Amino acid sequence: MLRGRRSLKVSNALFNDKLEGMNAGENGTPAIATRDLRMRYGTVDVLHGVDLHVGQGEVVALLGPNGAGKTTTIEILEGFRRRSSGDVRVLGVDPDDGDEAWRARLGIVLQSWRDHGRWRVRELLDHLGRYYAPYGTPQRPRPYDTDELLELVALSDRADAVIATLSGGQRRRLDVAIGLAGRPDVLFLDEPTVGFDPQARREFHELVRRLAGLEATSILLTTHDLDEAERLADRIVILAGGRIVADGSPAALTEQLSGKAEVRYSKDGERHVDAVEDATGHVRELFAKYGENIHDLEIRRSNVEDVYMTLVQEFESGRRTEAPSELAEVAR
Amino acid sequence: MSPHAVALRAGLQRGRIEFRQTTTSPQDLWSVMFFPVIALVVMYMLRDNTVPGTGFSLGTQSIPGILGANVVFAGMMMLALSLTMDREDGTLLRAKATPNGMVGYLTGKVLSRAGTAVVGLLVPLVPAAFLFDGLRLGEASAWLTLTWVVALGLVAVLPIGAILGALFDTAQGAGFVGVPIMGLMSISGVFYPLSSFPEWLQWVAQAFPLYWMGLGLRSAMLPDAMAAAEIGDSWRHLETAAMLGVWALAGLVLAPIMLRRMARRESGSTVAARRHKAQQRTM
Repeated sequence: MLRGRRSLKVSNALFNDKLEGMNAGENGTPAIATRDLRMRYGTVDVLHGVDLHVGQGEVVALLGPNGAGKTTTIEILEGFRRRSSGDVRVLGVDPDDGDEAWRARLGIVLQSWRDHGRWRVRELLDHLGRYYAPYGTPQRPRPYDTDELLELVALSDRADAVIATLSGGQRRRLDVAIGLAGRPDVLFLDEPTVGFDPQARREFHELVRRLAGLEATSILLTTHDLDEAERLADRIVILAGGRIVADGSPAALTEQLSGKAEVRYSKDGERHVDAVEDATGHVRELFAKYGENIHDLEIRRSNVEDVYMTLVQEFESGRRTEAPSELAEVAR
Repeated sequence: MSPHAVALRAGLQRGRIEFRQTTTSPQDLWSVMFFPVIALVVMYMLRDNTVPGTGFSLGTQSIPGILGANVVFAGMMMLALSLTMDREDGTLLRAKATPNGMVGYLTGKVLSRAGTAVVGLLVPLVPAAFLFDGLRLGEASAWLTLTWVVALGLVAVLPIGAILGALFDTAQGAGFVGVPIMGLMSISGVFYPLSSFPEWLQWVAQAFPLYWMGLGLRSAMLPDAMAAAEIGDSWRHLETAAMLGVWALAGLVLAPIMLRRMARRESGSTVAARRHKAQQRTM
């Protein structure tokens, strides 16, 4: 299960403290910290100063439309791409200088792998796990036991299958298993559920939640699906046009983005719809006043998706370059 | 065990697994065998022709060169091709995402390719021994020479394959290298003794490992008297070892630099872009 939803983002001052104290020790080290991260391809700026922070054991969703800079950000953090400027620390190390011992602590699940098609599932997991053995610690034995891993991603019955014969969902679960083979401290998931049917998507969500609870693994996942971000993450960071435009717990963001909640109920056979700020208080009042007469109660925070879409469109069309005032609070 | 040693051992495992995959795939086996099989059929039909100035069968004389060329082809080209294909499907990026994964990946790749090249030498040798008279395969000294020539030859050509694989971004690109290699084969005395070619062409051929591989294998499999058909009337073992050694040394210095450069540029988006291009090609 997820840990308690964290509320609004750490303030800038707090963030700076963390960045400075980053090399202080294992326990104080955030999983991921960037400050003013910028990326420029030729004359095009893809990232305009991204400040991102992921604590130990935290699940953070990087949410945004295609082309918002999500993959660029994650590739910089993985050490696959050199940034143009800014400070970046992953497990206290600059990814550009990350050595193999650092790499052994990361798990990486990129978009749509199709490698090793001729290998068998167990064979590949066992093989890739071997490289992590020298980096195990008593607290974190490496690699993960292959059979346990197969069990975890529900591929035990396909253990001897040739990888090219797996279905899309099975292949994706294998990718996740490979990402976990080294029992990572930080797991990167880039658009993990693209191309999934609803069933596969639900199973995958359950898997990610189990992981976060099980191993105290910090997870940074990218998605363009708001619903997915809400389901999986302790905290959602919205990236649009290369900037972070909002950052907070799903509950806080929902509140900020949707404003009022809709309370629907029937009383004496009559339907009522009330738009209120404080849904819980309103319902408490209703029960206090009418007690058993209230039926068919339903509470909805409406239009989160709409607000998100509008926000994204405005950033993409360049009509907006600053976070909207109601979100500035969240982002600051 | 140090992380490096662990990765080397994982590389051994990878080599074994990929070698097994190749030797159990009819398609892969055919791609290693088709050249010697076709060449053997042609040479069998020409078996009554003789090497100029001798009574020795031209067919028999060509067998070692054909097999040597196949080792070069199967070792070098196949390695280059599989490196580019592994970049297209993300296998190389996977190696990069794994601690010391590149060490293991390259160890495995080189070993499995070398193993496949040896299979491509030994398997066609069986029918050849029955079809052609005069190969001295019963002598221990023949196998000793064959072993060192093939081993040194592989060390000379595999790094070239790795460099080509690193240079070309797509399998198609690397495939084009096959064309000049075919050309080189026709001037390297594979099918016909080099000594009857113009002298400038002889010098060109002698600059490349393909000629020396063939010469070395001829010295192993043919009777000593056949040295008369070679340049300088000699098997020139010393020169063979020196030339293959120089190529090996140059390759071993250059290949890691090229491979590192290639690995550095790998990322998820480069793999995605390459795949996108590949899909457009097939449409």
